[in-house]
Amino acid sequence: MIEIKDIYKSFGDNEVLKGISGKFEAGVTNLIIGGSGSGKTTLLKCMIGLHQPEQGNVLYDGREFTSLNFKERIEIRKEIGMLFQGAALFDSMTVEENIMFPLNMFTNQPLKEKLDRVNFCLERVNLAGKNKLFPAELSGGMKKRVGIARAIAMNPKYLFCDEPNSGLDPKTAIVIDELIKELTEEYNTTTIVVTHDMNSVMGIGDYIIFLHEGKKFWEGSNKEISKTDIEELNDFVFASRFMRAAKDKL
Amino acid sequence: MPEQFLLFLCINITFTLKVNLISMNFTNFGKYILLLKAVFRKPEKTKIYVKAIFQQMDFIGVGSLGLISIISTFIGAVMTLQIAFQLVSDFIPKTIIGQVNRDSSILELSPTISAIVLAGKIGSAISSEIGTMRVTEQIDALEIMGINSPGYLILPKILAGITMVPVLVIISMVLSIVGGYLGGTLSGAVTSAEYIQGITTDFNPYTITVALVKAFVFGFIITSVPAYEGFYVKGGALEVAQASTRAVVVSCISILACDYIVTQLLL
Repeated sequence: MIEIKDIYKSFGDNEVLKGISGKFEAGVTNLIIGGSGSGKTTLLKCMIGLHQPEQGNVLYDGREFTSLNFKERIEIRKEIGMLFQGAALFDSMTVEENIMFPLNMFTNQPLKEKLDRVNFCLERVNLAGKNKLFPAELSGGMKKRVGIARAIAMNPKYLFCDEPNSGLDPKTAIVIDELIKELTEEYNTTTIVVTHDMNSVMGIGDYIIFLHEGKKFWEGSNKEISKTDIEELNDFVFASRFMRAAKDKL
Repeated sequence: MPEQFLLFLCINITFTLKVNLISMNFTNFGKYILLLKAVFRKPEKTKIYVKAIFQQMDFIGVGSLGLISIISTFIGAVMTLQIAFQLVSDFIPKTIIGQVNRDSSILELSPTISAIVLAGKIGSAISSEIGTMRVTEQIDALEIMGINSPGYLILPKILAGITMVPVLVIISMVLSIVGGYLGGTLSGAVTSAEYIQGITTDFNPYTITVALVKAFVFGFIITSVPAYEGFYVKGGALEVAQASTRAVVVSCISILACDYIVTQLLL
């Protein structure tokens, strides 16, 4: 479980996060949603230590993270897997080397064991046999799947995904969403997905936090989201004609 | 009265600009030192770093060999012709041509010109590589994994730079002197015997030491300054390109400044 307590973050005079708190349970898909500039990615970066919040705490299963220095954070970071918006694969490495990278850095396993793990992860994301390809040879969806494979290589307890289906076609986006949900349930990871994709919200949102202008406006599940009467949330969720029509039918 | 106001305004603006420039440079220098501190942290896994060092040595050393060879040979040849052109007096023996070419190649031309050329070739490559990694979140990915990204990305480059640049400078010295021989004899500016006698007369081995100290310092600058510029890039492709240009400019100025300091200290 990850708990955030009263997170504040600003860049110069621009206050991006204004006291956000929440609890993200293991084994369920937790979503952080909100419009552009609402502070979703900043919150995620504060949680994983890429940004230092001015105030507030992040607790990983009760372990305080925010006040730790670089060395002290390493132990917790080894338990974190992260899928970046652009996948962030290392260009100079093949798919196999990308997935094997954290294993090479932090384990002393023999090569065969590491290769077995790489092949297992690739099979898990339906990319078996693509070991020797370079990131430049992969499509957007394949890059995301390799990103997921690299994220799960070390058996993470915590999985973070930053806009996992941005730039993907709807069919591939659903595949990625389902993969994230399956992995979360299978390995009981604490998964946090930052998204503004409504298909993801409706499809995999077990627990959702809605951010608006740097504040937490609403929290609940995808079943509850269509019943809310909060204007800002309705404006965001039902912005498209299709979603409005779907709500009217409900 | 308006002139006085204009003068006051000019002085004020100049002062503000100077203060800003100085404080900006101090800020950058402080960030550079802090980055170097992170670079020299204990590596997570020595084996992986050693492999990366050899890859960088190949890129910096072997990859620049052709360029350095061509430049050094031509500079040696041109130097010989120019020295011969300026030494028109019958009272000066032509052996001086080889001597002057040897000393200027060893002490100044080979280390400094090689370093400036390498700053352009390697510096821009390092800056754009690290800058692109920054804007495509690859550095963030390293950090999330718990890897010391400055150490993993920059340390192998610095170690390869401080070992391979001196090697390249030694090759450059030899080729510059050979180039001088070829240029001088082919053009008839100096005979083969005169040139060889010149380069073997009154040789002071200490000049090699000075050149190698310069090469070591330049190797450090060529790799660390562009790495710093690339590491703190914010934005996209345009900012990466700007950082790359800045890396080459700052490296070249730093090389010339350090050239003066090392020469002053050692000669």
